[in-house]
Amino acid sequence: MTGARLDLDGIGKSFRGLRAVHDVSFSVPAGAIHALIGPNGAGKTTIFNMIAGVLTPDVGTVTLDGRVISGLRPDKACDAGVGRTFQLVKPFMGLSVLENVTIGALHRRRDPADARASAAAILERLGLFGRRHQLAKNLTLPDRKRLEVARALATEPKLLLLDEVMAGLRPTEIDVMVAFLRELNRQSGLTILLIEHVMRAVMALAADVVVVSYGEKIAHGTPQEIARHPAVLDVYLGDPEAA
Amino acid sequence: MNALRRLTGNCTPRTLWSLAALLLLLLLAPAFLGKYWLSVLILILYFAYVGQAWNIVMGFAGQLSLGHALYAGLGGYIAAGLFFHYGIGPWAGLFAAVAAAALAGAIVGYLGFRFSLAGVYFALLTIAFSEFTRIGFEHWSWAGGSGGLFLKVDAASNLLDLRGGPVMFYYVILALAAGALVLCRALLESRLGRYWLAIREDAEAAQAVGVPVLRCKMLAMVISAALTALAGVWNAFYYNNLFPETAFAMSRSIEITLAPIIGGLGTLFGPFVGAVVLTGLGEAFTDAGDALGIPGIKQIFYGLALLVIVMFRPAGVWPWLSARLGLGERTP
Repeated sequence: MTGARLDLDGIGKSFRGLRAVHDVSFSVPAGAIHALIGPNGAGKTTIFNMIAGVLTPDVGTVTLDGRVISGLRPDKACDAGVGRTFQLVKPFMGLSVLENVTIGALHRRRDPADARASAAAILERLGLFGRRHQLAKNLTLPDRKRLEVARALATEPKLLLLDEVMAGLRPTEIDVMVAFLRELNRQSGLTILLIEHVMRAVMALAADVVVVSYGEKIAHGTPQEIARHPAVLDVYLGDPEAA
Repeated sequence: MNALRRLTGNCTPRTLWSLAALLLLLLLAPAFLGKYWLSVLILILYFAYVGQAWNIVMGFAGQLSLGHALYAGLGGYIAAGLFFHYGIGPWAGLFAAVAAAALAGAIVGYLGFRFSLAGVYFALLTIAFSEFTRIGFEHWSWAGGSGGLFLKVDAASNLLDLRGGPVMFYYVILALAAGALVLCRALLESRLGRYWLAIREDAEAAQAVGVPVLRCKMLAMVISAALTALAGVWNAFYYNNLFPETAFAMSRSIEITLAPIIGGLGTLFGPFVGAVVLTGLGEAFTDAGDALGIPGIKQIFYGLALLVIVMFRPAGVWPWLSARLGLGERTP
């Protein structure tokens, strides 16, 4: 498992004339962790959906290691190496934790026994192995989020899209997830792009932060730069002159 | 041997022995069952088999088909028509029957899944196809039109032409039911089977982990339709008559769904257990109705019994029963 470079080149998407995303470009180098932040409704998840093949951009392209992936079906995007989690978690509720992750692992391993072994190893790393026989619907929210990450990792992605995996976690659980993602990134060189509202996680993980507001990119820089960026402060705190 | 181990891999010895005992009992049943009870058992196995076939689409892949009479009807009509007109035996005719039903399943599936019809809307599509096929057959003289198609009754056992008495039909439907059980087990253990379950649980999440959703749903429809067609062929030769009004009836489609729903959707043994419960209850209430001399009481009690089962065992009888009996698979 090694990371791939992600390039967004001027992508845009409108829904019945409503401009959700407009002319967004940025790159995530192979093996880097970047964060995508912005107020609610800024278009973050729409951008994710265009990378993961759920939506096709009206304009612009998404490339992974130079290969155009925008416009591919979600399962083909997964083939190409995109793994993702959902903001509103979508585990296979009626199936066991192990089966959930095995289904992800079957993507690159045709033999069910092989896939199950690979799934078990991933569950071990995420601390879910002890719950492997529980049904997903009986898990707590933090465990469901970890299960989503495990299932996405099982597809052996080159780029991992994490949509608010920290939301709803307690500070200690956030630290555990942060440590896990950092370790994963360090070991495998997996490229990670995360949508996150939890600044504690963003500051700890992301080398670069992209800020979007009303569907447009308004800033891009290191977490320290972003924290002082006037346009970002304006979006999050309002215009100080007006206050 | 390897394939066998894979199929039985996780089953507890108790499960395997119970299964073997049941199979032996069923194999010997005609020797000590009277004509009446044999016909009841035949009915049970028929519903277990078609239920198993329907369960692939609904229980595994999560797509509600309420038009499975279409595939049984097509299968039956084609095999019976070929035999009636050209003397082509059912063992040859079934290839045409299965091919036609599989094609019909592919058409219905494509129209439904390609345009993302889900839930009741997909169900409506399946009903519509079954209904207009019924109307078509009512006007198709090759198939006998609305007057029906009749096969000559021949009690002399002739397995090649599927002509003969109840015992022969019993063994044929037993073989089909056992075969379908093994096939479904193998499917569930396969990659495709796992993908069906993923689609049933959440299609969007399934697609995100690389499941080709449309192709998998199509395969479920085609396999299910093909298996259902075999039941139709058997049914046509067992009853020796076919009418569009009954072969493609909505009630026939509903009938197919009942055993797996009562027994346990998506379970391997649910269709069989459901068929035992349903047919058993049906027969018991028929007897009770006759004894009391009140016509129609059968339907009332039958409906009430189903209501009670669905209320108290919404997941079906089998998951509950198997836990009680200690049958199942050990956790790996």
